[in-house]
Amino acid sequence: MSNRRDFMGMALGSFAALGALGALYAAKRTWDPLPSVKSAGFTTIDLSPAQENVLVTEKWRGKPIFILKQPANAPKSDREIHVAGGRYLVVVGLCTHLGCIPAYLADKKQFKCACHGGEFDSLGVNTFGPPPRPLDIPPFKISGTSVILGETGPEYEKMLAAGLTLKV
Amino acid sequence: MAHFDEKAKPFSHKWLNERMAVDTVKKVLSTEYWIPKDINFLWAMGMILAATFGLLIISGIFLLMYYQPSVSGAFDSVNHTIMSEVGFGWLWRHIHGVAASVVFLVIYIHMFTGIYYGSYKRGREMIWLSGMLLFVLFSAEAFSGYMLPWGQMSYWAGMVITNLFEGFSPTIAGGVANFPGFVEWLRGDYVPGQAFLTRFFMLHVFLLPLVIIAVIVLHFATLRIPHVNNQHGKEIDFDEAAKLYKEGKKKESKVIPFNPVFLSKDIFVMGVYFILFFYLVFFHFDFAMDPVNFDPADGLKTPAHIYPEWYFLWSYEILRPFNKDLGLIAFGFAQVAFFLLPFLDKSPVVAPANKRGLFKVWFWVMIVDMIVLTVMGKLPPEGIWTIIGLIAALVFIALFVALPFITKFEKKA
Repeated sequence: MSNRRDFMGMALGSFAALGALGALYAAKRTWDPLPSVKSAGFTTIDLSPAQENVLVTEKWRGKPIFILKQPANAPKSDREIHVAGGRYLVVVGLCTHLGCIPAYLADKKQFKCACHGGEFDSLGVNTFGPPPRPLDIPPFKISGTSVILGETGPEYEKMLAAGLTLKV
Repeated sequence: MAHFDEKAKPFSHKWLNERMAVDTVKKVLSTEYWIPKDINFLWAMGMILAATFGLLIISGIFLLMYYQPSVSGAFDSVNHTIMSEVGFGWLWRHIHGVAASVVFLVIYIHMFTGIYYGSYKRGREMIWLSGMLLFVLFSAEAFSGYMLPWGQMSYWAGMVITNLFEGFSPTIAGGVANFPGFVEWLRGDYVPGQAFLTRFFMLHVFLLPLVIIAVIVLHFATLRIPHVNNQHGKEIDFDEAAKLYKEGKKKESKVIPFNPVFLSKDIFVMGVYFILFFYLVFFHFDFAMDPVNFDPADGLKTPAHIYPEWYFLWSYEILRPFNKDLGLIAFGFAQVAFFLLPFLDKSPVVAPANKRGLFKVWFWVMIVDMIVLTVMGKLPPEGIWTIIGLIAALVFIALFVALPFITKFEKKA
């Protein structure tokens, strides 16, 4: 008798567990970003109008993108993008601590986040406070004087391989 | 089979009693649910919370009729439609906003009363744990509700809090505790957007209230057998005290019935509370309405200084003075510390804190530290404030680490 009962219990339990797993998967997929949200994630930005040490803010995937043309006499860095003779910093303008937008102080050549006091230099490298890493570099592909954000070109692949940025 | 009197009139007392044992239910839950006499007004906080939660539901229902959960329409549906078009829409909004803030004040009083009188141990552990669960659920409810007006504070609070779920830095332990994709999954977008607003709207108006109501029922149930504590932590023989009361020796008995005696006292305290509450609703609602949230959400502009509502400031300040990973650990610690109280307190003594030696010091240092953390959380992260905040955060952690030793020492004394 008890074996029969065990079998019934296990059969019911297995089918219920299977159903629950299926439902959980469906629930997880429902919470995923929509295809329309994902496919809208490409933006082309022309870098040539940017002026030295003046911050330009653009938008990509709803996030602010900082473009900062480096002065000609500034020290060279692997984090720059070279386009038509100019050297540009192109980063996601969200503090790597908890995602506030840092302000650029042009006279100090420094980014400062008001939320928790984090600071970054003009190359987006964290210099003070809670931020755990430099400002992230978005995936980019160089096309003439422009960058296409969301696509990955060889320059970006190189930066990623060198560990200069996280994948965002 | 049970006996049913065929002559009983439908829905008469007898008819209902035979079918649903209404007399027994009433006795168990109300007229013979015994409450000690040795209590004070702080024992009314539970019913005040229940009443405030009721007000939140009623005002929320009216707001729900005009609120529009869309990134383009939410701000105007709150600040224009509800505030200036809907008849008395302002009343519901101000009741909802003030109640959301005040409910946390009463929750904290309720919590600290429990800690002061030792009402979390020796049979009352489940009361404490279900209560702490309610605190977490109310926090989630408050946060999700804060998203809905879709102002600057809504957006940036949403950004910062969901980013916490990214976990630790990828450099820690090979990145096992780093989940960058989880944040986007939670939001349904790269940044808080339409998907984010609609899902938090669903959580705020349906799922979380449903769970809260269920846990309130559980909280009441955990209280029924151990009974409420009393001012001196005395163990009361409830059977004997109840017998005296029922024999008419009400003066000699140490207890009163929940209904109508205790409830009538509760309702008096509630009356005083509601005078203060509606004074705030009609004349000082602005304290619960952050001016920054009257700017519509803008993903390209962080407000100069962002901070949470006052009731989250202490745990926010525990996160703030550290680097990201340490901050996350400290913040996690702050969230679970109070849950562990019944197990960290190693003393079997149930008594007011002021009669418990070192625990008295522990209690008051904890209260002062929570206040310091709250004040520092509101100030900008600069200079001396950062240092005071760091010390207060370290004191908070040290307090909970020290508690088992302090209370063990008390046992010997």
